[in-house]
Amino acid sequence: MSMIIRVKQKQIAQLISKGKRLDGRELTETREIKVEVGVIEKAEGSARVLLGKTEVLVGVKIEVGTPFPDTPNEGVLTVNAELVPLASPSFEPGPPNENAIELSRVVDRGIRESKAIDLKKLCLEPGKKVLVAFIDVYVLNHDGNLIDASALAALAALLNTKMFKYEMEEGEVKVKPGYTPLPIQNHPIAVTFAKINGKFVVDPWLEEEQVMDARLTMTFGKDDKICALQKGGTGYFTKEQILEIANIAQEKTSEIRKLVVKD
Amino acid sequence: MTKKEAKMIDKDGVRADGRKPDELRPTKIEVGVLNNADGSAYIEQGKNKILAAVYGPHEVHPKHLALPHRSRLRCRYHMAPFSVDERKSPAPSRREVELSKVIREALEPSIFLEYYPRTSIDLFIEVLQAHGGTRCAGITVASLALADAGIPMRDLTAACAAGKVEGQLVLDLTDQEDKKGEADVPLAYMPNLDAVTLLQMDGQLTLEEFEKTISLSLEGCKQLYLLQKEALKVKYVAVKEDIEE
Repeated sequence: MSMIIRVKQKQIAQLISKGKRLDGRELTETREIKVEVGVIEKAEGSARVLLGKTEVLVGVKIEVGTPFPDTPNEGVLTVNAELVPLASPSFEPGPPNENAIELSRVVDRGIRESKAIDLKKLCLEPGKKVLVAFIDVYVLNHDGNLIDASALAALAALLNTKMFKYEMEEGEVKVKPGYTPLPIQNHPIAVTFAKINGKFVVDPWLEEEQVMDARLTMTFGKDDKICALQKGGTGYFTKEQILEIANIAQEKTSEIRKLVVKD
Repeated sequence: MTKKEAKMIDKDGVRADGRKPDELRPTKIEVGVLNNADGSAYIEQGKNKILAAVYGPHEVHPKHLALPHRSRLRCRYHMAPFSVDERKSPAPSRREVELSKVIREALEPSIFLEYYPRTSIDLFIEVLQAHGGTRCAGITVASLALADAGIPMRDLTAACAAGKVEGQLVLDLTDQEDKKGEADVPLAYMPNLDAVTLLQMDGQLTLEEFEKTISLSLEGCKQLYLLQKEALKVKYVAVKEDIEE
């Protein structure tokens, strides 16, 4: 933690105990969210999400591959996250570090556990040929709360995905003319809380993240069921705090969902 | 080819391994099992067999990782290649990297790291055999290894998962229950501080089920906490007897 942050820590914590935040938000208010889809023509699906100044780009690529032996009738879902060095002075080139791996696994968990993609519909020939959905999260600017921005961008990109029509003909994969959307059946939304000085704030930005004791990310599906959780940071929560957060998270996620799912 | 799958919970609420829904697996814990480590412990929880060792506090290598105001806790959770049905490559997987991080964050709040600035405490968790719930058993055993190393701590950390299997909420899921079940909520807890330091979940639960699941895992943690304290005492009773002989 840099010295400037240690000085600011007190200021941020004192404000929060009075119910205020350095950037003027309410404790349970998210930053402005902007979602743009179809920004990369070469990808089958893509989305760019701005959460305040945090910027994340997600691209979805679909390829033909082989299924995992324990799920021969299901397509494969892979999520990878890159903390691109241009996004923050704290990001370095090289293979993904534990923060990048955690980010990709939390995004993956939300999509997988909510069964957002109907993976059975991505099976071409059981045990042999299935479609593989690669979701690549690219962080372009880091201003805090990468998880929520990435999860939202991933969902928006999936909803935007148009893939080729693949069919099996005499044991070979054939590409038919036209496009088909990905079979999406749930809309997982993640919302992250930071615990600072015993209080909670929704959608922490960078400076709040740097002074927080702990964070808790909750992902809800469209049926208001919890489908993924991740606690981070070196602090702790009590059971009562967790349940309080769960109630706020349920409301927040249904608000955010309306930004990407129009019906 | 349709094979009827065996039920994991029968109509009387008894699970495949004979346990009741709110029952832990049989658990054996031993403290001080490795002589080179500053602290060590071993746990068998059902078919899980896990070793933990602590080295430190000692000088940090490489030196630039030293922190001026506290000790740096480093944690490696690793599974042996023979610990699972299909051989696991010994190279750290993405899962192991994530678990090493969350285990470290689960244990950090319990340690007075500020007592040892510019040092590191290195924690190694080796899963020799895995059968579901290894991150939790790993935390339970690692906390004892830290205590065995004589590192000042606020409390022991016990960890246990609860989840939903075939519509029923159950404690301490096995591998099969985790894979086929509807939800799994691993949780780590310091009973004296009433502090939850690890919380993850996958699967699907309503808010009501979630609340009950957390209560169930907390009860499991409290039972494990008693076993932890017992295991620590056993070692020092043995030491005392040695001295008196």
